[in-house]
Amino acid sequence: MNDIPKKNILSAQVDLSKFTDASFAPATEEEKRQQDVMSESTTFFKDGMRKLFKNPLAVGSLVLLAVILITIIVAPMVVPYRYEEILSVNGKRDKGAKNLAPFTYSEMEQRYIENGGERFPHIFGTDEQCRDYFIRVVYGTRISLFIGFFASIIVLITGMLYGSISGYMGGRTDLIMMRIVDIIYSLPDMLMIILLKVVLDERLRFPPGSFLDRMGTSMVSLFIVFGLLYWVSMARLIRGQILSIKENEYVLAARAIGAKPGRIIRKHILPNCLSVIIISTALQIPSAIFTESFLSFVGIGVKAPMPSLGSLANAAREGLQSYPYKLVFPAVIICLIVLSLNLLGDGLRDAFDPKLKR
Amino acid sequence: MAKYIIKRVLLAVVTVFIICAITFFLMHAVPGGPFNKEKALSEATIAALNERYNLDKPIVQQFLLYLNNLLHGDFGVSLKNGREIGAIIGESFPISARLGVSAMLVALFFGTVFGSTAALMRNRLPDRLIVFFSTLFTAVPSFILATLLLLVFCIKLQWIPVWSADSQNYVLPIVALSAYPMAYITRLSKTSMLDALSQDYIRTARAKGVSKFKLIFKHALRNSLIPVITYAGPQIAYIITGSMVIETIFTIGGLGSKFVSAIYNRDYTMIMATTIFLASLMVIANLICDLLYKAVDPRIKLD
Repeated sequence: MNDIPKKNILSAQVDLSKFTDASFAPATEEEKRQQDVMSESTTFFKDGMRKLFKNPLAVGSLVLLAVILITIIVAPMVVPYRYEEILSVNGKRDKGAKNLAPFTYSEMEQRYIENGGERFPHIFGTDEQCRDYFIRVVYGTRISLFIGFFASIIVLITGMLYGSISGYMGGRTDLIMMRIVDIIYSLPDMLMIILLKVVLDERLRFPPGSFLDRMGTSMVSLFIVFGLLYWVSMARLIRGQILSIKENEYVLAARAIGAKPGRIIRKHILPNCLSVIIISTALQIPSAIFTESFLSFVGIGVKAPMPSLGSLANAAREGLQSYPYKLVFPAVIICLIVLSLNLLGDGLRDAFDPKLKR
Repeated sequence: MAKYIIKRVLLAVVTVFIICAITFFLMHAVPGGPFNKEKALSEATIAALNERYNLDKPIVQQFLLYLNNLLHGDFGVSLKNGREIGAIIGESFPISARLGVSAMLVALFFGTVFGSTAALMRNRLPDRLIVFFSTLFTAVPSFILATLLLLVFCIKLQWIPVWSADSQNYVLPIVALSAYPMAYITRLSKTSMLDALSQDYIRTARAKGVSKFKLIFKHALRNSLIPVITYAGPQIAYIITGSMVIETIFTIGGLGSKFVSAIYNRDYTMIMATTIFLASLMVIANLICDLLYKAVDPRIKLD
């Protein structure tokens, strides 16, 4: 032992005097097992979903959205009234069923029930034109969600096509396409939407009975307006993503073996910016719902008798003093939908794209 | 810098021109001329009116004439009540401007205060409350908030009289209009404050023994304000469209409510003039904000 010189305190040399033979014995089975990788290998998508389901706010919003969705799908099958139906008892118009409070019956209905008839309760009461308010709110939620979802899809498709072409082509094409985007971006969107909507509502005429006609001109013009104006920020976002992704080696490799631009965009670039696309689409839905409710308020939203949450809330302002609940129901549902979509979008962003976390 | 300013001003001029063109040609696509009344006019009268208002000329020439009139401050005449639109804008815009500017200032001030408070008391009760309410208020459409405020404070509690010519109480309209931008600014300034607090210069200042007050107000807050300023520009658009709703609900006779009633009445000349006026206002406000923002933060690249 003494022939080993004393170790300098600053030396990095291993002090062999501290080891015995036991230190070099082979590892026991138990020790080997500690080295095993216990967690399963995971994909990017699975990992993101796991993080998402750990976020209580996101899970809560998912549950809430699921409840709302199930309600609006199931309720029209259960409730025997239609959204444009003026209430009647035994084929006679029920004039007393105006502005009933929740879970009450009109005099005619009362008599009908006393005579042994069955009457489905008016869960939210009735409106000023003797229509069941619950089913109107259900249909309003359907319409608002449909508009939000469909408008986001339109924005997504337009923005994705435009942004990916512009970003992939680069050079002069990119410059010109982005100047166009700059100009559309600097237009005040809400004013332009109002203007376009006023004109389109007057001009659009569809052959009677066709699909577009059944959807209604005001709804179609709403989608046209979204398709024309709202895609620019999506296009900018996707272009930015593509500009950074296309510098990667695998894109160069794909190009080297002769893949066509369309294939490179579809197979290599778009899947890599999928998370950003999903997140901004999720955040687009509430903004479309907001826009629709604003337009309904200004009087150019969906056409009566079709309800949307915005037009219901607007109609409720008339008898606000006497029937405040008529405002509260659609208002609470708009807020819940927008809130849960916002929280879900934030949760998706945190789960799939930690870089974007604010 | 000069090159950048010129470029931005040119882009703004082009945008305003495009807005005028879109508005003009869209409005001409609407069926029915301006003299469609219940009473049929004689051919000669219509021809005379068309000549008086230059409607017999080719559409491009009409557009140029319209632009020329706009440049001279002549917005035309309202279809519904025959008044000069320039005069209507002149009397109703100051009301909207007062409402909008106060709402913006309220949103900026309280948004920054709440945001900074939340950042400084991170993960404590005030932070959680502020985050809860700011998330909640970004989900409430302004017309719903305004109607609820009106219902509770004017009708049920009767604390504040309903808006009229003699009792011009701006409190509720300002609260309703500023709620959304305030919530948004709160979230924004919280993150930027947290970001600023984690910077090296804050640690250096603290190591030097700078007092907490000076540290927050001189070092952290000033740097956290930059993203808030950027946000103020686009927010002007929100305030302008938001005030249409708020003014209609509170029956304030500003430009916003005039615009909404023009849409209801399909008063096309009024819609056209107000769109051009408000749109140009937004473009100019955005331009000023952009230039200011570059002037405030020299680190930002000019492109």
